[in-house]
Amino acid sequence: MRAPLSWLREYVDLPADVTAAALAHRLTALGLKLEALDAPGSDLRGPLVVGRVLSIEEEPQKNGKVIRWCRVDVGPEHNDEDGGRGIVCGALNFAVGDLVVVVLPGGVLPGPSPITARKTYGHVSDGMICSTKELGIGDDHGGILVLDPRLDSDAAVKPGDDAIALLHLRDDVIEFEINPDRAYALSLRGLAREAALAYDVPFRDPAVREVPTPNDSGYPVRVEAPDGCPVFATRTVTGFDPKAPTPRWLARRVQLAGMRPISLAVDVTNYVMLELGQPIHGYDGDRLSGPIVVRRAEPGERLTTLDDVKRDLDPGDLLITDDRGPIGLAGVMGGQETELGDTTTHVVIEAAYFDPVSIFRTARRHKLPSEASKRFERGVDPLLPSYAADRVAELLVAHGGGAISPGVTYVGRPPEGRTVTMAATLPEQITGIPTDADTVVEHLRAVGCTVAVDGDLLTVVPPSWRPDITDPYDLVEEVARIVGYDQVPSVLPAAPAGRGLTRAQRLRRRAGLALAGAGYVEVLTYPFVGQADWDSLELAPDDDRRRTVRVANPLSEEEPELRTTLVPGLLKTLARNIGRGLTDASLFEQAPVFLPTPGAGPAPILGVDRRPTDEEWEALQAAIPHQPRHVAVVLAGEREQSGWWGKGRPATWADALEAVRTLARSFAVEVELRSAVYAPWHPGRCAEVVLEGTVIGHAGELHPRVCKAFGVPPRTAVAEVDLDALMDAAVPVVPAPAFSTYPVAKEDVALVVDADIPAAAVAATLREGAGTLLESVRLFDVYTGAQIGEGKKSLAFAMRFRAPDRTLTDAEVAEAREAAVALAAERHGAVHRS
Amino acid sequence: MSGPNTDYDPVEVTPLRADEVEAMREAALEAIAGASDLEELKAVRLAHAGERSPLALANREIGALPPQARKEAGMRVGQARGAVNKALAARQTVLDAEHEARMLVEETVDVTVPWDREPQGARHPLTTIQELVADVFVAMGWEVGEGPEVEAEWLNFDALNLGPDHPARTMQDTFWLEPAEGGVVLRTHTSPVQARTMLTTEPPIYVIVPGRVYRTDELDATHTPVFHQVEGLVVDKGISMAHLKGTLDHFAEAMFGEGITTRFRPSYFPFTEPSAEVDLVCFVCRGQSPAVEECRTCKGEGWIEWGGCGVVNPRVLTACGIDSSVYSGFAFGMGLERTLMFRHGIEDMRDIVEGDVRFTLPFGMEI
Repeated sequence: MRAPLSWLREYVDLPADVTAAALAHRLTALGLKLEALDAPGSDLRGPLVVGRVLSIEEEPQKNGKVIRWCRVDVGPEHNDEDGGRGIVCGALNFAVGDLVVVVLPGGVLPGPSPITARKTYGHVSDGMICSTKELGIGDDHGGILVLDPRLDSDAAVKPGDDAIALLHLRDDVIEFEINPDRAYALSLRGLAREAALAYDVPFRDPAVREVPTPNDSGYPVRVEAPDGCPVFATRTVTGFDPKAPTPRWLARRVQLAGMRPISLAVDVTNYVMLELGQPIHGYDGDRLSGPIVVRRAEPGERLTTLDDVKRDLDPGDLLITDDRGPIGLAGVMGGQETELGDTTTHVVIEAAYFDPVSIFRTARRHKLPSEASKRFERGVDPLLPSYAADRVAELLVAHGGGAISPGVTYVGRPPEGRTVTMAATLPEQITGIPTDADTVVEHLRAVGCTVAVDGDLLTVVPPSWRPDITDPYDLVEEVARIVGYDQVPSVLPAAPAGRGLTRAQRLRRRAGLALAGAGYVEVLTYPFVGQADWDSLELAPDDDRRRTVRVANPLSEEEPELRTTLVPGLLKTLARNIGRGLTDASLFEQAPVFLPTPGAGPAPILGVDRRPTDEEWEALQAAIPHQPRHVAVVLAGEREQSGWWGKGRPATWADALEAVRTLARSFAVEVELRSAVYAPWHPGRCAEVVLEGTVIGHAGELHPRVCKAFGVPPRTAVAEVDLDALMDAAVPVVPAPAFSTYPVAKEDVALVVDADIPAAAVAATLREGAGTLLESVRLFDVYTGAQIGEGKKSLAFAMRFRAPDRTLTDAEVAEAREAAVALAAERHGAVHRS
Repeated sequence: MSGPNTDYDPVEVTPLRADEVEAMREAALEAIAGASDLEELKAVRLAHAGERSPLALANREIGALPPQARKEAGMRVGQARGAVNKALAARQTVLDAEHEARMLVEETVDVTVPWDREPQGARHPLTTIQELVADVFVAMGWEVGEGPEVEAEWLNFDALNLGPDHPARTMQDTFWLEPAEGGVVLRTHTSPVQARTMLTTEPPIYVIVPGRVYRTDELDATHTPVFHQVEGLVVDKGISMAHLKGTLDHFAEAMFGEGITTRFRPSYFPFTEPSAEVDLVCFVCRGQSPAVEECRTCKGEGWIEWGGCGVVNPRVLTACGIDSSVYSGFAFGMGLERTLMFRHGIEDMRDIVEGDVRFTLPFGMEI
């Protein structure tokens, strides 16, 4: 809402020295959010004067253009000795004798540089004749502003008069962002009321006026949907001059308030809406056919609105109709058929009070937010219609002639005022600001409430323009904002002793720290994915990860799904880093994935007048998709850089597996990694992560085709695990280990096995065969080559033996080792290389 | 070695003559003094104190002397050998020290060569700032609340006094999930966790809720469709706006430094009444701008918009089964990207979002 300060001052006696900034500051403290301060015309410099065109010589130019060499009388103070000035002008829409606006050398118009006398087209042009655009009061660059003798203001002027004042070029405009609860502030009336409150000065309500009593001779109206339209008032003006110009002050105010001046009739309806907050609709009475009927739309009805869009109407839409059908979407936008036009002499003025919810739904349904709907859906003062209609009629006749018809239509009645009771102590209790009962009552009355005091209990009737005040706490806010939010004391509340972070919260931090400590950089990617991602990952058509939660209104039609895996986002981020030259990158992300619950119904919309029942709460939870937190890593390039110490080490599948182990270790959880085939991994270089028999993730090298599809380097390594599952396996209290302090006995064995036997299986066998004396077994070398034979590999294990209660003998150690080797031979055909 | 020989004249056993022993000793000491490094000293030791050295050989001859002569000869040779060993040890110490000093010089390296061999990791500052916020409140006894990102429409809106026809509902550009009437959304704020907490916990409630939220804004320098908020909720007996102010003042100091306070401006949120916008004293100019000079951070306002807050609307308490005649509460919410941008001088939202490792690495593990 843009409020010109000069307009605001009409309704409130602000001290003369109050600046726009100071006022804005005070109003901000009262709850109006300042959007911007604007000072149109502040960059204007005179002399900018009225001039009368004395003579015009048209001079065609070589480029086909015609310029005019004019003599203009700019008043005795500015004229040269010949009684005028010579000015070159390119526009043709003015004649000898016209009054125009001239900026003289030394003057500055908005925008470009100062005006100087300059030589152009063979003449010295001693000033410039201005267009509305150059003056900042219109968009019309083509034509010169010719003063209109039909306007009182223009008729009275003479050459040399100051045009800045005449055209109201200078003002201060405060722009507020109005919160939805303050509909009344979408008007000068409401803003002036707040300004009066801010400075504790008198307010003159522009809505207070004598209006005639309704009668039966007004334009006939029938309201068939009184729930949607409690009040509908009309007035009629006849004999109106559709060509009459809009007074400059009125057009300028409408323009400064952010609307475009169009014609007198339209400008007046907009002016009154801005002034009072009551949206007005004007009809060309000659194009109406039969009574106005307010009703809901019927299925299949259509209406072409003023914005030239043909709309299919919904049975919930409230319509204004006449005998021929819909002529307007009530409170939202009028129809083209009955629009006020440049031949309208018979104006029917509509001022109504519509149900906010109905207007909100229609505006939203048709995606048609308008100045009218913005006000109606927030709640207009229901007492306004008759005053506003009267004000429109008055202004139309005053500036466009004709007569106000004696007929006054008023259908329906405004909703009853609400009553709110509140303990006078509540404001102090809720705000913490010491506020006595008298102050509470005084402030409530200052905002327009009627207050009855009964001991400690206040019975409050909020004013008609404050539909937002329904609850005692709303009254508390009114009191608090006038006392001043800056009065709220600062007191730190003492919470009861807390339990700190939950275990899951601590483990999640631990997971991130472990990966960052292992050289991974955390990224947070968007969860939006699409078909193309699943195809690039080469997921089978029936892959579970293709079953997704979908966004009904996605930002991108290509990415309407929520992720079921973190891999696509990480690969795209990796590709972006590589694209920026960061070729050695190890990234991780920790975030939820979204898994639809098969057969889940819609989430119920429950009541709000009580707590949901357990069944309702269960139903609500059941409709929400499962959202386990995953953690994933991707890495490419060199994991260890080459340098003066020697060659680096490329990131491989093994790093991805190690990332999983790092995570598991950070929770003291053991996972098993075993060979698997799973998209999008390389079928020969993929491990599944097994936790207590359940697969909770995968790790390894990305499939070469997937690398290509995502634009990441070959051999990019990836791991992803279900972090929630991993955290669930973390034991809350780790039991302390028991260990022996007797000497260790070390034995190395090399076993030759078939190349396809997993090393982990052989190690497990050794562990089993060696029995309880074995402390640990570790694979320290894998060898393949001619010496071993085709299709074979040699696995070298370091075994450590130790007894809890004695020093082992060589014989005991040898026996345990041989038992281990024997079991490996039996189970895997392992041959001991000695 | 020969056996005792009674006829043997000790004076005639040349190696044991005093002058001979003296000469051996002199020769040994001279050689020791002349050894210039450990290698030479080793040779000297072998030559003058080893098993085949003249003094060792002389010592063997003592047994051949008549008993009455052995004592004197033994003393003479023993003293000489003692002196030689002592000199050797002394020389050894000197040469060891010299050797060590030389080695330390020779082993000098260029410590300025890089060792960027291991990859560097870091956590995203949005993660660490969420932890920082949580820790500030956990230190006061609060707990950290959580809720799902895909959330029931009822919890995201209705329970928070944002009914289906509330104008404020259109201000939150919501991602709706399919099916369109399924009552499930990507949460538009962390506030549904307020409702969840109240529905699952008995007061007193003191929770802080950092989390990811979604709105249908296109990514640009100041907007992102996926962003983070932190929400605070207190429900207890006798809670007022004063407690809200005290909490936010403490929070502001913890995040931005001592002396950074807050101010309230009346505002509107459906879930709080009274509602306020909370501003921070500009932590760059400390509220001095524009008195001193125009501050770029607060644009001369002296204050920076931080978030929204207010007293929990009793309608919200009712929907969550809390008796508003017994309990009152306050709630606040801030954008964490905005907080992060202020705190660290980040100019473009896209830097936070894009995952460029050059953005994240300098933040390390803790901000």
